[in-house]
Amino acid sequence: MASLLNTERPPVFCPGCSHEAVVRALDQAFQELGLRGEEIALVSDIGCSGLFDTFFHTHALHGLHGRALTYAAGLKLARPELTVVATMGDGGLGIGGAHVLAACRRNLDLTLLILNNFNFGMTGGQFSATTPESSRLGSSFLNSLERPMDPGRVVEAAGAPFVARSSATSRALPELLARAIGFTGFSAVDIRGVCPGRFSKQNRLTPKMIEEELAALPPLNGPIEANERPEYGSSYRRKASECPEVSLPPAIEPAFASPQPVRQEVLLLGAAGQRVVTAGELLCLAGMSAGLQATLKSDYPITVLRGHSISEVILSPEVIEYTGLLEPSVVLALAEDGVARRPSVFERLGPEAVVLRAAGIDMPKTRAGVVDLDLPGLGLKRVDWALGCLAALAGMERAIHRDMLLSALEKRFSAEIASESRRTVEQVLTARPWAEASPDGSP
Amino acid sequence: MGKCAGQYDLSGFRMLDGNEAVAWGAFWAGCGFFSGYPITPATGIFNAMLGILPPSGGTVLQAEDEIAAIGACLGASMAGLKAMTATSGPGLSLFSEHISFAIGSEIPLVIVDVQRLGPSTGSATKGADSDIQFMRWGSSGGQPVIVLCPMDVRDCLVLTVQAFNLAEAFRCPVFLASNKEIGLTKESIDLSGLALPAVRERTRPEPGQGYLPFRTRPGQDVPLFLPIGGQTALVRQTSSTHGQDGYITTDPQVIAAMQERRRRKVEAHAGEMAFAELRGEPEAEAVIITYGVTARAALAALAVLQRQGRSVSVLILRTLWPVLEGRIREACSRAGLVVVAEMNQGQYAREVQRILPNRSVRGLGRMDGDLLTPTEITEAVHG
Repeated sequence: MASLLNTERPPVFCPGCSHEAVVRALDQAFQELGLRGEEIALVSDIGCSGLFDTFFHTHALHGLHGRALTYAAGLKLARPELTVVATMGDGGLGIGGAHVLAACRRNLDLTLLILNNFNFGMTGGQFSATTPESSRLGSSFLNSLERPMDPGRVVEAAGAPFVARSSATSRALPELLARAIGFTGFSAVDIRGVCPGRFSKQNRLTPKMIEEELAALPPLNGPIEANERPEYGSSYRRKASECPEVSLPPAIEPAFASPQPVRQEVLLLGAAGQRVVTAGELLCLAGMSAGLQATLKSDYPITVLRGHSISEVILSPEVIEYTGLLEPSVVLALAEDGVARRPSVFERLGPEAVVLRAAGIDMPKTRAGVVDLDLPGLGLKRVDWALGCLAALAGMERAIHRDMLLSALEKRFSAEIASESRRTVEQVLTARPWAEASPDGSP
Repeated sequence: MGKCAGQYDLSGFRMLDGNEAVAWGAFWAGCGFFSGYPITPATGIFNAMLGILPPSGGTVLQAEDEIAAIGACLGASMAGLKAMTATSGPGLSLFSEHISFAIGSEIPLVIVDVQRLGPSTGSATKGADSDIQFMRWGSSGGQPVIVLCPMDVRDCLVLTVQAFNLAEAFRCPVFLASNKEIGLTKESIDLSGLALPAVRERTRPEPGQGYLPFRTRPGQDVPLFLPIGGQTALVRQTSSTHGQDGYITTDPQVIAAMQERRRRKVEAHAGEMAFAELRGEPEAEAVIITYGVTARAALAALAVLQRQGRSVSVLILRTLWPVLEGRIREACSRAGLVVVAEMNQGQYAREVQRILPNRSVRGLGRMDGDLLTPTEITEAVHG
């Protein structure tokens, strides 16, 4: 194959820069693999390594410092047939560390070349993630306080299945790069070189010294057996093809007449773990089965199994604009956590409103009718109190009735859960706990 | 990639929340790539995309952070896929540098911001319109972006399709300014009445023509698109200041022409991305300008004020950027009072004040996690 070097744009590195040797080695590797420019995307970011893409006749994507691997991931997932090679300096390795670790864990078929010359060349020789502590650099004494990392060991630990180290001027580099690019999976090569413009001005470092240092390190020169596994993209496509197609939520056909075909506002005041949002959804579906429109606005903290859980449901024959509650007609007091978040609601309720109180929880005084429901007495666990209250509402024919609620269960749940929930509802409807309560308004 | 809405039976009322609606809108617009990072209240979009895309040949990637999420979208978009990411304020902050990249390098992308109460990590489960100015100006270079703003589930579907269409047609990032109060609020909706816009695609060059990635045809402001990885031409993309060939340039004339074209392709075409609705009396004495979930309270307030015999209208802005200056001036041509109602401390009121320097413009803001109420809006009109 012909060289892919862009002869109109020869390398512009400092005289003596190791990067130039890597450009030539990469071109030889492409030739060895028989790749055309159209089959390759070179992805680069900021720093001297970021110039790489301009020296080749390939597709190219040059972006932000340390982020080359993020674009590379998108390119490769979108076009699995493309050979994607990312270049990054030791600066990019530091700022883009999260992406390097993620690429190692993910194992997309990408190749990362770390152009490691131990400092930030372009900005004046500041220390990087790989600068030895003893170096003299533009960061004064600061680099003496931080330990350099060994990119090879880091990416190996993070799960890269192909890891190698090399001197930029090694004669074996073209062959190594061809192996890395040809490897199916994530491959990372730490390519160490001399930065004559900055690092080597104050620090003695020769290709021979780099070779000697590399020889003293544990060898990393290709596949890491313990990390070898199926490539991400092909695994993704296989698993994705096995996923069932999802459909829109079911359409709810109006089948019933609503007991009160006017705007109803229902406030559910409960706690996490009481299936409050699910109860809100059931109420909406029940309303829709009577041709009403519905909104469900929920409020809960970021904690999952603790804290309040509040749902605000509006059912209306008209279009619902404002989704907040103006005058709740029904309040379900399911837990003190929820009640404590809306204490002023109880003062505002008029005598026509009704509060269904589960299990005698504490709540503020109100002019609304209060119906005490002894749901624990019916054997209902706390998790079912919201559903129990909906059943009571249906029995009282407030906002919904029995058939509306049962149809909501069918729409919302799998057959098994629906039938279990139906038993709970029927149990409450049979026991009629609301009939024993005296709605005298005094909690 | 994807299916069109026409392939579904859309009749009857269903329950959807805004986040699910955004995902279906994206799918019907042809989105083939979604990458995101978990964040309340935007995670629902991630979850819905994860249900919808994989079985239909699309890709969903859980990225290692928001920088990677949007970076992967940029890569996938340059490879030719329609791409979307979704986040909330804290994630938008991390998007910032890549948003500049998408603007300057003309990469189509839809960014959904399900806004929550800021500043900073703020309140994850409380709504607000925290990022209205941030979306417009949170990028280096200050070049224009497009921001669409839904007020309900229906808008989430329709405007997401519009957002993709604009991103593809104008090769730029387009934001959807959602809000916890829309994203996580479920509503009954009859989808059969949806007027979904026709799906648009990037314009590609005719085969056989020489291709330069940032060259525009005479009289056109948007360069033709070919994907990275295509076999007809080598495609270069770069975040650096570039000429038509996608290589770095330092030529001030070339740079100025590129900057001006990117500004012009949005601002001179504002009419093609203008979504707004005036409800109530045209040429009213009092105009309530609003957007997002607050528009719903404003409509409730409008009904009350009309019953009281007030000459009043509500201007609902579904495009926030570019600012619909003509529509705002027109709606307020006879207004003695303009109220700008929004869930922040007056981020958009300042735009309205700028456009209407000689009118009485009253900002009505609320930023405590609760909705502005119809009563608050009615009272603001009464003064």
